[in-house]
Amino acid sequence: MKKFQKIMSLMLASAMIMTMLAGCSNSNDASNADSAAAETTETAGEETAESTDTTAASSDGAAFKIGAIGPATGGAAVYGIAVQNGADLAIKEINAAGGINGYQIEYNFQDDECDNEKSVNAYNTLKDWGMQMLVGTTTSGCCIAVAAESANDNLFQITPSGSSVDCINGNDNVFQVCFTDPNQGVGAAQYIGTNGVAEKVAVIYDSSDVYSSGIYEKFAQEAANQPFEIVASEAFTADNKTDFSVQLQKAKDAGADLVFLPIYYTEASLILTQANAMGYTPKFFGCDGLDGILNVENFDTALAEGVMLLTPFAADAEDEATKAFVSAYVESYGDTPNQFAADAYDAVYILKAAIEQCGATPDDSVSDLCEKLKAVMPEITVDGLTGEAMSWDTDGAVNKSPKAMEIVNGNYSLIQ
Amino acid sequence: MSFISYLINGISLGSVYAIIALGYTMVYGIAKMLNFAHGDVIMVGGFAVFFAVSMQGLPTFAGMLLAVVLCTVLGIAIEYIAYRPLRQAASSLAVLITAIGVSYFLQNVALLIFGANTKAFTSVVTIPAVKLANEQIIISGETIVTIISCIIIMTALTLFINKTKAGQAMLAVSEDKGAAQLMGINVNRTISLTFAIGSALAAIAGMLLCSAYPSLTPYTGSMPGIKAFVAAVFGGIGSIPGALIGGIVLGVIEILSKAYISSQLSDAIVFLVLIVVLLVKPTGILGKKIQEKV
Amino acid sequence: MKKLKINKNLKDNLITYGIIIIAYVIMQIMIKTGHVSSLMQGLLVPLCVYIILAVSLNLTVGILGELSLGHAGFMCVGAFTGAFFSKCMQDIITIDILRFVIAILIGAISAGIIGLLIGMPVLRLKGDYLAIVTLAFGEIIKNIINVLYIGKDSRGLHFSMKDSLSLGLDAEGTVIINGAQGITGTPKNSTFTIGVILIIITLFIVLNLIHSRDGRAIMSIRDNLIAAESIGINITKYKLMAFSISASLAGIAGVLYSHNLSSLMATPKNFGYNMSIMILVFVVLGGIGNIRGSIISAVILTLLPEVLRGLSNYRMLIYSIVLIVMMLFNWSPKLINLREKYSLKRLFKKPKEVQ
Repeated sequence: MKKFQKIMSLMLASAMIMTMLAGCSNSNDASNADSAAAETTETAGEETAESTDTTAASSDGAAFKIGAIGPATGGAAVYGIAVQNGADLAIKEINAAGGINGYQIEYNFQDDECDNEKSVNAYNTLKDWGMQMLVGTTTSGCCIAVAAESANDNLFQITPSGSSVDCINGNDNVFQVCFTDPNQGVGAAQYIGTNGVAEKVAVIYDSSDVYSSGIYEKFAQEAANQPFEIVASEAFTADNKTDFSVQLQKAKDAGADLVFLPIYYTEASLILTQANAMGYTPKFFGCDGLDGILNVENFDTALAEGVMLLTPFAADAEDEATKAFVSAYVESYGDTPNQFAADAYDAVYILKAAIEQCGATPDDSVSDLCEKLKAVMPEITVDGLTGEAMSWDTDGAVNKSPKAMEIVNGNYSLIQ
Repeated sequence: MSFISYLINGISLGSVYAIIALGYTMVYGIAKMLNFAHGDVIMVGGFAVFFAVSMQGLPTFAGMLLAVVLCTVLGIAIEYIAYRPLRQAASSLAVLITAIGVSYFLQNVALLIFGANTKAFTSVVTIPAVKLANEQIIISGETIVTIISCIIIMTALTLFINKTKAGQAMLAVSEDKGAAQLMGINVNRTISLTFAIGSALAAIAGMLLCSAYPSLTPYTGSMPGIKAFVAAVFGGIGSIPGALIGGIVLGVIEILSKAYISSQLSDAIVFLVLIVVLLVKPTGILGKKIQEKV
Repeated sequence: MKKLKINKNLKDNLITYGIIIIAYVIMQIMIKTGHVSSLMQGLLVPLCVYIILAVSLNLTVGILGELSLGHAGFMCVGAFTGAFFSKCMQDIITIDILRFVIAILIGAISAGIIGLLIGMPVLRLKGDYLAIVTLAFGEIIKNIINVLYIGKDSRGLHFSMKDSLSLGLDAEGTVIINGAQGITGTPKNSTFTIGVILIIITLFIVLNLIHSRDGRAIMSIRDNLIAAESIGINITKYKLMAFSISASLAGIAGVLYSHNLSSLMATPKNFGYNMSIMILVFVVLGGIGNIRGSIISAVILTLLPEVLRGLSNYRMLIYSIVLIVMMLFNWSPKLINLREKYSLKRLFKKPKEVQ
């Protein structure tokens, strides 16, 4: 018995040594490694009552500390890594251009594996690091859990892509860059209705995903007021997202001439492939989650021809800002950015605009900073990659207009 | 008419489960361990083909060969490093846990090398789809190839086990390791061979899985892996024809329950049927009845 | 001789309780003096959750000797029933602690009932087949909760398996369980103190069971089913007893989990087979049947990924390697021999030198 404990403590000790070594040699900034090492002693100190205080962040020179959270491992890693890189790119640009009001920005990204509990852990890690503002979290479920914590600490949070209304409901310190889910669902239904895109609509959505089921619900509600009819609404779940033959067959049998896909592009690319294989060619209509479908490595973009989507961002857009962003992103990270990266990039610039507006400094306490930023958020308007003249309500929702895009010749093109 | 196309979709999904289940059942039958990393070896196979064909521009055949060789080597290495030291461990659960460790390891290595972005897999199958009844019923080329491969693999494995010396050695090891060793069989080498064959099958399964459902991420293998495991248990784990039957039955049930009951509850229904089958026939459809020794 | 043995057990149990209480006191002192990072503070309740889960699964795996891969399913039942109760009664029972205690009881009872219902048919199966069936049940529970919609309005509760629209709620009605979006806004009642009290209750139940007449009957089933049956032990009764107690303890852990986060969803990550396997890892790494080992390994494996955060992208990779190495180190017969043969003491002094 005792032997076992000793073995365990040996294992833990060696794990800690590894952490420290790897933490130092890592490319992350020094304070990150420091805090990791400090936590390590923390854990050891649990038994020996020896520990160091990490809550008092080492404020070496005045700099804003911005944290970000998202899944960097696990099935949703693609979204988290995009946010990580998007925010990183924006911060590098801002630092190179002299920072915000002359202050540099320190950046720290933490992985949450798309798990609510891990997300709160990541948040606490960032708090120990001395985070003053949070860009995150990436996914809605985690965002709701973290928002409850950040509201408690009165820490300013701007989520690039946590689109559920519950993220901002009751938390006046949380703001969104993306549309809320109901907003998208209603928007899509109205667009289809007013433009007479289709008469019979089928919906395929992910019932196990907050984003997807949130949009579907509002879409179905709004559809009752619109001149089209939902003839089939078929769900799939996170455990069951490779075979869509049944859902497509049902849509086909119901005679749907439009399939609404309030889902992410990963599954959508499979749906398009399978629809093509069964010779079913309705119009496909998606939301912002569909953006990125053209950049799936090795994907036959001919399959996506004619797909319509309401999205605030398209990597192929022709304007200067998007072009510059995309080329810088590809150069730094080797992948074409998706909408998540653009949202995170915008989130950092929104923070910059808000800080400049209220004249906050890194010496403000977390809570003071939050109060100042909260006060100016409804006043500012930001032109970003994901929307022109974005402005915010006091409740945290963004006002911007989605653009309806259609994929023509393997490119997004704006529908006028 | 739509019933027939559901049935065909079910069979094509089931054939993918079946081909994965063959590898599972093979390893379980001989080594008596649940290899939770099997699904991730499948993913490695998929990435090997993707790397060779789509990134390096090699011919498809070379890519397939690379995948089989890589997975075989990987299977032997995993067995040697992570499973062999625990073969004599006090509990058989120990090796189950290292298998989970290996599964995490493979996923994270793939994540670091290839990134998290979804890759579209170019099908390795070039046979055109068969269209019947005025294009109402479509059987894809992938389905045909998968079913044929399943049958070939099943026959080959049965012949191999029953007709060759190495196969007989495997059978002996699966019955009783100690006695097999006494009879001069090299148990370590036999189990290595089992993992080599199992992993080569995983490579083939990986290619066919990704051809049928062309999206590739570091987590591609884990869910089909679990489903195939269920299929293997369904058919009677350790039984080679059982894996084929279990896979197909599972695929058909899944598709039909999606079509006629609920698309959200299809997994629950599949698992419920599994439970009922196991309660009626505790060792699966084709499983051997184990006589209890006192 | 017999008396001596009982004393040894008692001593052993007291050490286990002692570790928990000392750890608790030290943590409390450190929190009061402001020496604990936010991360550690945030991890305290999850640690309690995982310790309870590990100890309770050890009852099934270590003491009863049956492999269960559906433990997260029972946790899920407890989490949702407990959170559902708290959400419903938020305005009616305003004393937090009272409501939480009732929620814990409800979670434990409902998980126990589900455990009993599942146990009755499936405990006839053995080994890997039992494992797969429990895995299947865990997935079924998760799957059903994901399509469950329950709302409350002036006319009472409404249920649906389709979507929240078909609940037909009044204008002022609220959706409590919203399918895959789960329960949002559960009151945050879980505290470290309550967690530790629950751990001690769990330990009390499990350790007393092990050292009771019933416990010895259960262990005799594990060691030799046929022999146990032949001396007249009611196999079904004792199997069910161990299984449902284990399930209801997991339900308690679930309630604790759900009252620690403001959003509760049944995802594959937290209530799927991945979580069941994770709990099994705690049990096996800590030593099957070794309650104290489960506690320690639950703590280590929960802290490890957080400690490794400094490694950024390599974190989970290193975690998996550490897991494999720890398993080999603890279980490989060759390494165990080696450890016993050579320089035991020198090996164990190493961590002290480091500190």
